Amino acid sequence: MLKTLFQIGKQGICTEPAPDLGSDFLLPAHRLRNEILEVLGRSLTIREVDAGSCNACELEIHATNNLYYNLEGLGIKFVASPRHADMLLVTGPVSRNMAMALKRTYDAMPAPKIVVAVGDCTINGGIFGENYACCGGVGKILPVDHFIHGCPPPPIELLKGILTAVRLRYGHPIVQGK
Amino acid sequence: MQIADFTFEPERLATPVPIWRATCPVSDWQEVAHAVAASGGRLVSLWGSDRRVRKAGGYVISAAYATAEGLLCLELRLGQQGESYPDISASFPYANRMQRTIADLLGLVAEAMEDRRPWLNHGAWPADYFPLRHEVTGKEAFPACELQDYPFVRVEGDGVHEIAVGPVHAGIIEPGHFRFSVVGEKVLRLEERLGYKHKGIDKRFEEMPAKDGYRLAGRVSGDSTVAFSWAYCMALESICNTRTPARARWLRALLLERERVANHLGDLGALANDAAFTFGLTQFMRLKEDWLRLNQHLFGHRLLMDVVIPGGVAVDLENTGISELLTQCQGIAKEVKNLRAIYENHAGLQDRFIATGRVTKELATTLGLNGFAGRASGIPVDLRADFGMAPYGGHDFKKAVHRNGDVAARVTVRFDEIAESLRLIRLFATELAPGEIVVPLEAVAETKLGAGWIEGWRGEVFVALESDGEKIQRCHCHDPSWQNWPVLEHAVIGNIVPDFPLINKSFNLSYAGPDL
Repeated sequence: MLKTLFQIGKQGICTEPAPDLGSDFLLPAHRLRNEILEVLGRSLTIREVDAGSCNACELEIHATNNLYYNLEGLGIKFVASPRHADMLLVTGPVSRNMAMALKRTYDAMPAPKIVVAVGDCTINGGIFGENYACCGGVGKILPVDHFIHGCPPPPIELLKGILTAVRLRYGHPIVQGK
Repeated sequence: MQIADFTFEPERLATPVPIWRATCPVSDWQEVAHAVAASGGRLVSLWGSDRRVRKAGGYVISAAYATAEGLLCLELRLGQQGESYPDISASFPYANRMQRTIADLLGLVAEAMEDRRPWLNHGAWPADYFPLRHEVTGKEAFPACELQDYPFVRVEGDGVHEIAVGPVHAGIIEPGHFRFSVVGEKVLRLEERLGYKHKGIDKRFEEMPAKDGYRLAGRVSGDSTVAFSWAYCMALESICNTRTPARARWLRALLLERERVANHLGDLGALANDAAFTFGLTQFMRLKEDWLRLNQHLFGHRLLMDVVIPGGVAVDLENTGISELLTQCQGIAKEVKNLRAIYENHAGLQDRFIATGRVTKELATTLGLNGFAGRASGIPVDLRADFGMAPYGGHDFKKAVHRNGDVAARVTVRFDEIAESLRLIRLFATELAPGEIVVPLEAVAETKLGAGWIEGWRGEVFVALESDGEKIQRCHCHDPSWQNWPVLEHAVIGNIVPDFPLINKSFNLSYAGPDL
């Protein structure tokens, strides 16, 4: 137990500042959490669905939860049920065997149903293309708010993409009004 | 080459590990399988090809057997009309799913195999559509439809109930379906249904130039991208008879060990988390993030995708990079040692780990458990040591082996492998020979078979490639999870449902890899 406590004490806090989205968006990054609260009235909850990825995107999505990026510290949380989710984070080019499960997950979500597609293959199938087994992109199945590029996108791009999607749907009018 | 009473005159492929190719008559197919199993050999992979358009071609079933001397790729030629071939699941039970996959992709069935349920075809395309046959392009589109129900084996009795999980799981996990038959909390039976991620990678390869195939191979299972792209490159280089420069071979091994360490670090954290010790998760995720950031800095990609390329590697390591690498290995070795002591002295953690999800050596042998999970059940197979492939030979390589076969043993083996990989990385980095990192591939006159066989972090990764160096006729990628998934079904029997995530994570099998 002493060793554990010593390790925690020695480590300190490693969390890095949230990414700045640049001048396209009017709020500085440190007000992110407040903004999410203003927009959604609660934390942002995400349901992740792997619709046929190579699993690299999952590794990087996991990494957003590590203590450097500290996603939960920004008020963003992954949830187990689509019924609790504001956002659907989809990876993979959508295999036909997953198309129905993906659609049902989306249908089970309450509004605002923000859809963010993660990785180059979600755009048009990417390296996997489109064939008898592969739908060739998330857009074929669901309306996508925002695509996050990369193969796989590194965690910082994932953070930026998630925040961009929220702002695209809600951000501008509210932000400009303040 | 002699296997029991069968003599083969195999052709040796130009690979750095011993791989042979031979043909086998239909009459001997089952007996050879039996002889390989009896002599302690393993079935590494089983796949089918359509060579009807080639001269004197037809359908071909291929089996890759690991023997004491190396890997033997045996071909069974079925002719133009072939529709069936002898079943080898009596010798290798884990051939079942591979044979069902061949039936789904090529329409060739294993005679007398009782289990004929489709494996990859969930009903999204017609049952008589076989994507790997030459007469179809693979681009055929079929209307969206309801998927078919799968006849799971029912367990009946007083108080037995089923728990259906997936394909969409509760966390950030790949999709697959688990059907538990449970009494109270105790698991009586688990049956897996996979194939949800099947996206036609085998057919997709046939559209690609051979020189680009390494990118797709590197995305068969993202967590094993180095292993798959290396195995693909080894196969292509064997076809082109090209020997990679020494510096490239050392760098490839260094990358493979970095991939191994990254995955073990992540899983050791996740294992503690599944036993409610979140401290472990945060600490190991920090180490893993540091590790991946140095990958990005030195090799331009956090997960090392597209760094291993045909003929060598894409990125060289400068002297400053070497010293950063050495410093990091030293630091991580020390931290992992500390965390290991904390894990080992944590009573709650050990209580969850010890005797959970046990796989005995006998079961592991019968079911072909491979990779670090096999070594944790006392199967001392590790391609890095077994054939002395450069640069692994001559480094006093220590295999991590354990007898118990439970979650605790798999944790121990992972800790041991991290320590050994860190030692190897430091050795490889300091030994790097000067010179080129990539050479051009030589041209070839005809279509040949090439193969690659690599000990990835999870287990044996195998790639078989038929190509003339320009076009890909057929490329088959084999993930070690093919063998290990059915073992998980056995590992959970008699355990309680809440221990399933822990047992599952201790193997951490790939869904994308076998689904292809």
